[in-house]
Amino acid sequence: MLAFIIRRVGQAVAVLFTVGLVAFCIFRFMGDPVENLLGQEATQADREALIERLGLDDPIPVQYVRFVGNALQGEFGISYRLGRPVSELIAERLPATLELAMVSALFALVFGVLFGVYTGIRRDGVLANIVMSVSLVGVSLPTFLIGILLIWIFAVELGWLPSFGRGDTVAITENWDSVLLTASGLKSLILPGITLGLYQMTLIMRLVRSEMLEVLRTDYIRFARARGLRRQAIYFGHALKNTLVPVITVTGLQLGSIIAFAIITETVFQWPGVGLLFVNAIFFVDIPVMAAYLLLVGTVFVTINLIVDLLYFAIDPRLRFDAPGKGA
Amino acid sequence: MIDRPLLSIRDLVVEFTTRRGVLRPVDGVGFDIARGEILGVVGESGAGKSMMGSAVVGLIDRPGRIASGAVLLDGEPIHRLSEEAMRRIRGRRIGMVFQDPLTSLNPLLRIGDQIVETIRTHLPVGEAEARRRAIAALDEVGIPAAARRIDSYPHEFSGGMRQRVVIALALAAEPDLVIADEPTTALDVSVQAQIIALLKRLCRERGAAVMLITHDMGVIAEATDRVAVMYAGRLAEIGPTPDVLTRPKHPYTVGLMRSTPSTLGAGGRLHQIPGSMPGLRAIPSGCAFHPRCPKAFARCDRERPDPIPTAAGAVACWLYDPEDPALSGAGEAEGTAT
Repeated sequence: MLAFIIRRVGQAVAVLFTVGLVAFCIFRFMGDPVENLLGQEATQADREALIERLGLDDPIPVQYVRFVGNALQGEFGISYRLGRPVSELIAERLPATLELAMVSALFALVFGVLFGVYTGIRRDGVLANIVMSVSLVGVSLPTFLIGILLIWIFAVELGWLPSFGRGDTVAITENWDSVLLTASGLKSLILPGITLGLYQMTLIMRLVRSEMLEVLRTDYIRFARARGLRRQAIYFGHALKNTLVPVITVTGLQLGSIIAFAIITETVFQWPGVGLLFVNAIFFVDIPVMAAYLLLVGTVFVTINLIVDLLYFAIDPRLRFDAPGKGA
Repeated sequence: MIDRPLLSIRDLVVEFTTRRGVLRPVDGVGFDIARGEILGVVGESGAGKSMMGSAVVGLIDRPGRIASGAVLLDGEPIHRLSEEAMRRIRGRRIGMVFQDPLTSLNPLLRIGDQIVETIRTHLPVGEAEARRRAIAALDEVGIPAAARRIDSYPHEFSGGMRQRVVIALALAAEPDLVIADEPTTALDVSVQAQIIALLKRLCRERGAAVMLITHDMGVIAEATDRVAVMYAGRLAEIGPTPDVLTRPKHPYTVGLMRSTPSTLGAGGRLHQIPGSMPGLRAIPSGCAFHPRCPKAFARCDRERPDPIPTAAGAVACWLYDPEDPALSGAGEAEGTAT
């Protein structure tokens, strides 16, 4: 098992280096950073000084190593548009995105599993069929439309919830301003949280449902019933656990995309997170920000995948007893 | 009330209502099982054996249902009980063993936890006591080093060992009746005899009755006191095992015996019953066996025979109709001449 973990971490590092290479290439080949930084009035001397300062006259492998070295220290250069270190910008914005993503993921996971189990057990029930039909909406409507609809209903018509922004924040640490501790912050989290999580929720729900239907047909569930075990024990103790491996795989990937693609939701709700930062960076061809965002998303995905792989071991004992030396 | 049968099945009919009509995998089966008795139920695939076993414990999946008839456990009707009342009977009073030990155990739970859960569901004992009993149960079914193996997962056992675990699970709450549905079919031949011997010994020790569903005549001969032969969802013949095996009465049983290698002398050619068992959508009129029966006569495709009592059992065949003077006795003589 240790060998497996080491192998997986090795793969994760390899993936990140590849992502780093792509990010580096963006730097090299998308427009001329010198042109972008200096503007049209610059003299040739200015240009050469800047090229020297940025190290652009070094061989490309050296530049890549330097880029990776800086990235490892959390240095991604200076934003062209805002003139501030990218790492600072991201550190400022990341808490907002993480809070939004966590709330969305929690919403998606809790309701997805609950609805999935329910519709799986009551396959022919009226309520289960209603939930299934409504879930089609979640799957098929694009995120921005759901966001706009929610704003229209709950912010414009009913006036219950704010339509944009984060509300009041409280500083938890130096860099972390949280909305989780204020009433207005929590209220402003509801609509974007649902918007971002709705698709994932319906996805998880449908997955849990089909897995439940599959598992409930197996011999060991039949044998559990024949032993007179209670329904709750059969559904939650025996069946649900057997649906978890695929559910965790998908949930992990979805959590990654919740963080990575919060862009649309953040744009609709003007949520000051990294997604919004990235969209603005694209408009202004702010390459250091784009590269850093790329690496950030890559790291998030790789980390989540690693955790998902390790969770398999926690759930399924059959994976834990690999023959010793296998694959070594 | 010592004489009251432990389990009594009366005219049981199981129906599946489908878009293309009503199917009856079990159609009017009835017999008793006494306390401590081992009753074999034999028949080809699709004869309704397993469906009948499931019907007894109320485990028929929709759209199937018990359409008529009755199941009495210790004299009490259990076929109309609520799901919750039926749950209390399953495992506690009627245990079940299924065919495939590789898929009968939940792969993600330790076998000990599965046994402890079963014991604690039915018996008022604490965690420690339940665990002690689980170890004893595993020890009894012949799991070596049970105290250590109790924390193993199912995939760490071989097929035969897993079936022993399944038997320990079925007997964990000390039921009065065990329904074993083809308990050895999925096992290696070398292990089959051990499992049957184990099941037989444990049930004898506890005084539990067994309904042993199988299509293996060897298992029937070895383990059972009485045997019921099923054909197309109906009871063809029932009687003490030695009688049925050596002096079968129903022409179907006769054919079945002649097509089983163990009842033949060496070098003999195996008999084959012509045709195959009818599908549920095309059950013949009258006696369901008549199109394949070498002794069929006019009455067989018009009227359906009910089981007719014989010396120690019953047979559903017009050859044995006591009210038909022309045939009475003649069929008996022919049937025994095998």
